[in-house]
Amino acid sequence: MTGTTTEAAPPPLTTAPAAGEVRKPPTRRRLVPYWLLLPGILWLLVFFALPLVYQASTSVQTGSLEKGFQVTWHFATYWDALAEYYPQYVRSLLYAGTATVLCLLLGYPLAYLIAFKAGRWRNLILVLVIAPFFTSFLIRTLAWKTILADGGAVVGALDALHVLDVTNWLGWTQGDRVLATPMAVVCGLTYNFLPFMILPLYTSLERIDGRLHEAARDLYASPATTFRKVTFPLSMPGVVSGTLLTFIPASGDYVNAELLGSTDTKMVGNVIQSQFLRVLDYPTAAALSFILMAVVLIMVTVYIRRAGTEDLV
Amino acid sequence: MTTDTKSTGGDVRLTGISKTYGSFTAVHPLELTIPQGSFFALLGASGCGKTTTLRMIAGLEDPTTGTVHLGERDVTDLPPYKRPVNTVFQSYALFPHLSIYENVAFGLRRRGVKSVKKQVGDMLELVQLGDRAQQRPHQLSGGQQQRVAVARALINHPQVLLLDEPLGALDLKLRRQMQLELKRIQTEVGITFVHVTHDQEEAMTMADQVAVMNGGRVEQLGAPADLYENPQTTFVANFLGTSNLIPAEIVEGASEDLVVSAGGGKLRLPAGRCQASTAAGGRLLVGVRPEKISLVHADDAGTIPDGRNRLTGTITASSFIGVSTQYVVDGPAGSGLQVYEQNVERDSRLAPGAEVVLHWNPAHTFGLGADQAIDAGTQKVEDAA
Amino acid sequence: MVLLRWIRRRLVVFAGLLTLAYLILPNVIVMVFSFNDPAGRFNYAWREFSTAAWRDPCGVADMCGSLSLSLQIATWATIGATVLGTMIAFALVRYRFRARGAINSLIFLPMAMPEVVMAASLLTLFLNLGAQLGFWTVLIAHIMFCLSFVVTAVKARVMSMDPRLEEAARDLYAGPVQTFLRVTLPIAAPGIAAGALLAFALSFDDFIITNFNAGSTVTFPMFVWGSAQRGTPVQINVIGTAMFAIAVLVVVVGQLLARRRNRAAQP
Repeated sequence: MTGTTTEAAPPPLTTAPAAGEVRKPPTRRRLVPYWLLLPGILWLLVFFALPLVYQASTSVQTGSLEKGFQVTWHFATYWDALAEYYPQYVRSLLYAGTATVLCLLLGYPLAYLIAFKAGRWRNLILVLVIAPFFTSFLIRTLAWKTILADGGAVVGALDALHVLDVTNWLGWTQGDRVLATPMAVVCGLTYNFLPFMILPLYTSLERIDGRLHEAARDLYASPATTFRKVTFPLSMPGVVSGTLLTFIPASGDYVNAELLGSTDTKMVGNVIQSQFLRVLDYPTAAALSFILMAVVLIMVTVYIRRAGTEDLV
Repeated sequence: MTTDTKSTGGDVRLTGISKTYGSFTAVHPLELTIPQGSFFALLGASGCGKTTTLRMIAGLEDPTTGTVHLGERDVTDLPPYKRPVNTVFQSYALFPHLSIYENVAFGLRRRGVKSVKKQVGDMLELVQLGDRAQQRPHQLSGGQQQRVAVARALINHPQVLLLDEPLGALDLKLRRQMQLELKRIQTEVGITFVHVTHDQEEAMTMADQVAVMNGGRVEQLGAPADLYENPQTTFVANFLGTSNLIPAEIVEGASEDLVVSAGGGKLRLPAGRCQASTAAGGRLLVGVRPEKISLVHADDAGTIPDGRNRLTGTITASSFIGVSTQYVVDGPAGSGLQVYEQNVERDSRLAPGAEVVLHWNPAHTFGLGADQAIDAGTQKVEDAA
Repeated sequence: MVLLRWIRRRLVVFAGLLTLAYLILPNVIVMVFSFNDPAGRFNYAWREFSTAAWRDPCGVADMCGSLSLSLQIATWATIGATVLGTMIAFALVRYRFRARGAINSLIFLPMAMPEVVMAASLLTLFLNLGAQLGFWTVLIAHIMFCLSFVVTAVKARVMSMDPRLEEAARDLYAGPVQTFLRVTLPIAAPGIAAGALLAFALSFDDFIITNFNAGSTVTFPMFVWGSAQRGTPVQINVIGTAMFAIAVLVVVVGQLLARRRNRAAQP
């Protein structure tokens, strides 16, 4: 760095434009952002955007694995896929939606507890919320097989409290089993994505100025009203990003349905997986995947518009 | 880095320098020479282009047109790290991850100075922070951080020190103290200081020369007393202190003293202090500072000596502020006229509602062109917040 | 009555602690069952205490191999995604350029897309290109989906950074490289570290995208998945518990160190 400041050198003679002439920043400097963006954006274009194009083209191909596939603009694949697998779509959205609502109901008190009530325990509880991440989620999901095992303590307790009678009537469980029922799958989904709900909720709750609560109390709001009129509205950004971070991955998940469910609880992820990796019917698999993407994107867009928070990125 | 060339420096010369962002012109082509060794203030409301001008001198902003010279050297194309110019940033921009010692040593180290210990020690002593060397910036108070920022820049012996609102984050008392401190340091080291501020009092206390900027242009340039006594535009008249501006028509021109009529009365002012045409029949704004005006109750109008400018009116408000009392007077010539009276002998009749006569020495009157907005520059209080 | 009111006042606390228990319970089960000696091939029911698995953690065929493969992939994916993501984050915060909106969407979309869709479409690409599925395809996929998360983490940090700090460095004779190394990077480091940590965790734990694009290569999550069908060795729980313990230890030690450093810096 030292040698570059040559103040003894004569001033540059011709490079400086005369007064009045408009200067432009050197081209090299104007290109800096593009060089910074290039590798990463190229990566996303080639390995994220381009694959979607390939998938779109695959979805309208016909043929077989032996003879090869050709683009024949066979849109009927979509109708066939929808007609055959709409129960799995409905189930996916239903399970993911239920899990999201449960995550919100379970996660909000905990996030509130960490943000306002934990005091010196705050960091410890935060670590405990993040800690499960450190164990492979597949191992943790398998642990639910033990927890919900037939004849186990949890199932026994639910039975004794007659909860199973209710869930049986609702069709969530069957007989004295929880495992291999919709309830087990939703329970697994809720568990898996709960931290993704808690963390954004905590972040937005933590930002709330404690004096706002005092101001609300001062202005004749009861604790419940304070929550309804002040705390909850202010935590909306966390609610929105938390629900998105829960719903989106849950809707495409097939691990919980596979490990904790049965053939009657298969979600659309399971179908895509088996079409792609076992049946090798690529056009159908591609169409299924595309429909899922479209449904999720439309729902998310509508949701974000309604919630009015577009600056999530 | 050859430090010997620094001391031989020279004036800062801005030639036709301007800055536009898209269609917005932050600074209109500007000619400005800042004499070596002077304490120079760029004064104006926020958004007037003063900071942009400063940043162009620092090299942090590329001018759209024009050149920057330091002495004979054209530095327009030099990046900031090659200019013998250092900056004390607004809110200081101290490196949070480095100790006070390393903050101050930063410039020396980048220039490859091997043994910085003595210099940094001396500099920290100069700003009375020798015992804080190993602390982090966030552990220091605002005033201490400000001194670190000054030390960090001064240790490099720059040809020019740029100060961007250096006292803006300090409370009033500390600000006063630091104003004197900065002035002392400047006198001691003899480096050219260019100081950007929106605080007219700060500019007037510290600077030898003040350039008042407005809308990307320099409105007026001069010594603080000169600017105050002889404002050339309504903006300067209102922005620096307070002025009573009264619309008037010239009755008698062309002599040494002009006679104008305002609100039915006649006022005189020296032709030499009039910035507009002095021909009879022309319109102008007659100005007088509130502290130049004396105030007597209408009953005592006879005691006013001859030869003074007079205006009649009614007190609408008065506020007692210790050393003086400020009155607001409405009269036929104008409303909201301000008068500051020293609290020597208080006349208890001077209360809101009282009929009064204002009078002052005609030599203290100045004249401005009537083609400008009469209230230009009066919003400075809101801008400063 | 008094008791009832006492409980009602602390309803939030009880609800929160219940949720916490729900979150922690599986980890406890994993840990307890790492000391099990199961009757059959599956380690779902308690039989008797044993430390056999802890004494021989790699005693299962292929498990430790898959673990080391996962660690390698996670390491490289973290490096790749962190470098590329940090560059993008800086460009987004610090520069003005065309197509900003399109680039923001391109970064947001991978996070707003079910994993299975990305997994399937990426497989389509690799099949069409005739790529050999394995280590490299998995690494490419992992860098792709970690990238957006790194960008988000680093961006948040860089955005809260005062641009005047870099100007101050340039003003104090630091050239572009020096400015970046001595000021920008140290100050952005917590954001970059957070992004890198997130990338490592996401990559190491990823199953869905890996399952589609790994071919016959087996990462640790894929090994677990396979064993759920064939039989779950107790060693899986040992690895899970060890990872959990190491991570908690790292966090706690890090916190203690940070606290001690803060205390030492006090006057």
